Amino acid sequence: MSTTFWIILAGAVATYLTRVGGHLVISRFETIHPRVEAGLNAVPAAVLTTLVAPELLHAGPAEWAALIVTVLVSLRCGLMAMFLAGAAVLIIARQFMG
Amino acid sequence: MAAEAISESRTGSDFWDGVRLSMPVVVASAPFAVLFGTLAVDNGFSVLEAFLMSAMIYGGASQMVGIELFGQHVAPWLIVLSIFAVNFRHVLYSAGIGRRIAHWPLLQQALGYFILTDPQFAIAEARAESGRPVGFVWYLGLGLPVYVFWVIESGLGAVFGKMIPDTHALGIDFLLPIYFLGLVLGFRKRPLWAPVVAASAVASIIAYRTVGSPWHVSIGAVAGVLLAVILPPHHSGVGKRP
Repeated sequence: MSTTFWIILAGAVATYLTRVGGHLVISRFETIHPRVEAGLNAVPAAVLTTLVAPELLHAGPAEWAALIVTVLVSLRCGLMAMFLAGAAVLIIARQFMG
Repeated sequence: MAAEAISESRTGSDFWDGVRLSMPVVVASAPFAVLFGTLAVDNGFSVLEAFLMSAMIYGGASQMVGIELFGQHVAPWLIVLSIFAVNFRHVLYSAGIGRRIAHWPLLQQALGYFILTDPQFAIAEARAESGRPVGFVWYLGLGLPVYVFWVIESGLGAVFGKMIPDTHALGIDFLLPIYFLGLVLGFRKRPLWAPVVAASAVASIIAYRTVGSPWHVSIGAVAGVLLAVILPPHHSGVGKRP
């Protein structure tokens, strides 16, 4: 077995531990404190935001246009429409603004 | 007989409900799968190794970091640690989604955690929030197409990668932020949504500038979650639940 294979295997084990670990810790408690539950309810917004926010530092006009359209479309439509609208604006804007 | 047929068709429609929701994810992740395959071969992976990494780790950002470090001949243990660091946010997903899928048989749960990616978590949470059950068949319908396409497209990228045209003009580098922003907005009716988003955004940007990537993800996430924990429960709406 090559070194590369062992890196992949160890990386896979490490990744699976992160995907199952939070549940294993939480499930040891019989009841969940309301504050912990409030924290868990905040997880989607908290984590997903960190995947977007730093991108704003490098965003130019085309990226901002795409994000603004994404926000506007999301107020009325579903995820697919929102994503396609944002992507379309980005691609068109980049043809003109680079 | 009739009841069985009904329950079977119900199961089938649950599966296709999931598949339908998986389509934007398949579209948004496709360029990254191909790009990953290309970069992997560029950095010294074989086609088989690129394929295996996608099949076994199944986490785009961590795979990109892994092959980048591999190409720079960084020590293997450090590569594995970096993969762990990039994927650390899944600990929070796992703690959150565990409440929704604890009633599944153990093997189904084990598989469910294996495919627990960012969109998988967000879409399953959104379903739970709307009051519908997060069943295994639906969850698999959502996750399986994403996984299959991810692995196949990684392999294709590894084989044919050099053929990608101008990725910038196609907006490929910015598709995921758009998609993730859409997911964030989907949770806007949750209690404390705005303060949590603000706290995570500010903390992740500061951490990105000071500590650096990938730790800005965990630091920003913890900031948002902590805010929800610290604020008095009547703000978080937990007590009001039936």
